[in-house]
Amino acid sequence: MNDDIALRTDDLEVTYTGNREVTALDGVSTEFAENKLTAIIGPSGCGKSTMLKALNRLHEIQPNAEITGEVYLGDEGIYDTDDPLPEIRRRVGYVPQTPTALPLSIYNNVAYGAKLHGDYSSDELDDLVESYLRKVNLWDEVKDRLDDPGAELSTGQIQRLCLARSLAVEPEVLLCDEVTSALDPISAEQVEETLEDLKEEYTIIMVTHSMDQAKRLADDVIFLYLGELVEANDTRSFFEDPQHERTQEFVKGHTAIDYDDEPDEENVTDEQPVATR
Amino acid sequence: MGTTETPSEGANRLDRRLLLERLSSYWLVGAGFFAVALFGLIVLTLVQQSIPIVSEYSLFQMMTSSNWDPAADEFGFLPAIVGTIYVTILSMAMGTPLAILAAIYIAEYAEGRTKVLVSSFIDVLAAIPSVIFGLVGLIVVVPFVGDYLAPALGAHSIGLGIVTVSLVMAIIVTPFMISLSVESLEALPDELRESSLGVGATKWETIRTVLLRAAGPGIFSAILLGFGRVFGATIVPAMLIGGQTAIPDGPFDAGETLPTLIVNDFGELMSIPLTQSALILVGLTLLVVVWIFNFGAMLIRRRLQRRWQY
Repeated sequence: MNDDIALRTDDLEVTYTGNREVTALDGVSTEFAENKLTAIIGPSGCGKSTMLKALNRLHEIQPNAEITGEVYLGDEGIYDTDDPLPEIRRRVGYVPQTPTALPLSIYNNVAYGAKLHGDYSSDELDDLVESYLRKVNLWDEVKDRLDDPGAELSTGQIQRLCLARSLAVEPEVLLCDEVTSALDPISAEQVEETLEDLKEEYTIIMVTHSMDQAKRLADDVIFLYLGELVEANDTRSFFEDPQHERTQEFVKGHTAIDYDDEPDEENVTDEQPVATR
Repeated sequence: MGTTETPSEGANRLDRRLLLERLSSYWLVGAGFFAVALFGLIVLTLVQQSIPIVSEYSLFQMMTSSNWDPAADEFGFLPAIVGTIYVTILSMAMGTPLAILAAIYIAEYAEGRTKVLVSSFIDVLAAIPSVIFGLVGLIVVVPFVGDYLAPALGAHSIGLGIVTVSLVMAIIVTPFMISLSVESLEALPDELRESSLGVGATKWETIRTVLLRAAGPGIFSAILLGFGRVFGATIVPAMLIGGQTAIPDGPFDAGETLPTLIVNDFGELMSIPLTQSALILVGLTLLVVVWIFNFGAMLIRRRLQRRWQY
């Protein structure tokens, strides 16, 4: 990984201090390359989502999460900073696992963040909404019903709507938390295609359960196990030549279940999505 | 199932289970329709008992006349209608904003022990019987309104009256509205918060634009329940409204509401058939107004639910 670095973590540690103290992330230092898609993989409960949320301080809405270490966006830390929190979260956008339409029209779902951050004329806003809906391949499906509630779209469409909403505030980095896991195979494929297009322009960091998805989409892979970073590498090396024993087991364990060692790129996409929560 | 069971015992067992299955549907249907029948019976009784008065005096005349004097065969209950509307609007105007703000504070801002403390106090408040509020109102709110609030606003008041009742009713219904609104807000998925904060919205922007809409139908229901309680409130208005059977000149004036009209005259006058019928008509009016209100609210709620779905 010797590309330009968009985001870097330094000894990032997240502890949940509830009834029982749990260290969800235990001193992770890693880098995310600019304009690439990095997949964070690992077994359930290994700290993937925690790590993702720590990258734009979203975990702070949980009342009992404590964090040490630092995340650098370019050269600036996001924890030790004078920048207000909303500005950090605008620069590092987040798309949740469950496709979530805000209780607004389709149009305003996209315009929501943009309206908060900038003064747009209504013409400019129209253009902005159209361009981001096009970017996520949703425009043709919704252009005649922009005033309908966002929640009336199908879950797959809502997930693309979420992507459009996040992109409309022009983030530098986009965090995606298992964005296809709640979708049916066809919608998941559409979202994947959208992500494939987007990674040319954006730094995307995606948590995924699916090794196949990581193989298909990611340029780099980070493997977390019980809150610790085990291995980070480019996708090809990661899957073909895993360095650590734990990675070898994890990759092998998954490929052993794979019925299809991707001889045909098109047919691999129909892996059943795993509904997690 | 025991392994010693013979095939015919097994069949018997199945028969018994199926019989129970059939019976259960009967008594469940029965219970459901019992509720409907009860409802029908109440309406029927009220309508049938109102017939004597309606056949002698025009409904319109009674509803627009302000003279209630059964001894002189005068049954105008406009003052009660006006009083009820007055009290309802005033106490909701005082209680609703407070309830929504408090609910936002508890659901979104309060943390840990403070949150537990504040919300349990509100629950305790909601559990106090209305008559206690009435007593405390007599001792505290009546002098407060009579000696300070009314003079400060340039009005005259004996202390008892519409404002006093409204204040106390606002205090009674607000805890209910808070609890229900908090429930609606807390039932929202965290993804809504994350989605909004994740594009750089502030907490307040998230609450105002996203959470209040998403929880909107629930909060609306909470306010409606408050409305219903004020509308039907009997004991507090009876204790604090001053019992004046004339249209109040202003909010600081004494007055009456539909329920207080019924309870005040109930004891002595039920023996006179025409008065009894008039009082029952007042009850029927109360019921019809509450229905119309609930029906309208249901339509609005449905619209909100579609518009603000998430």
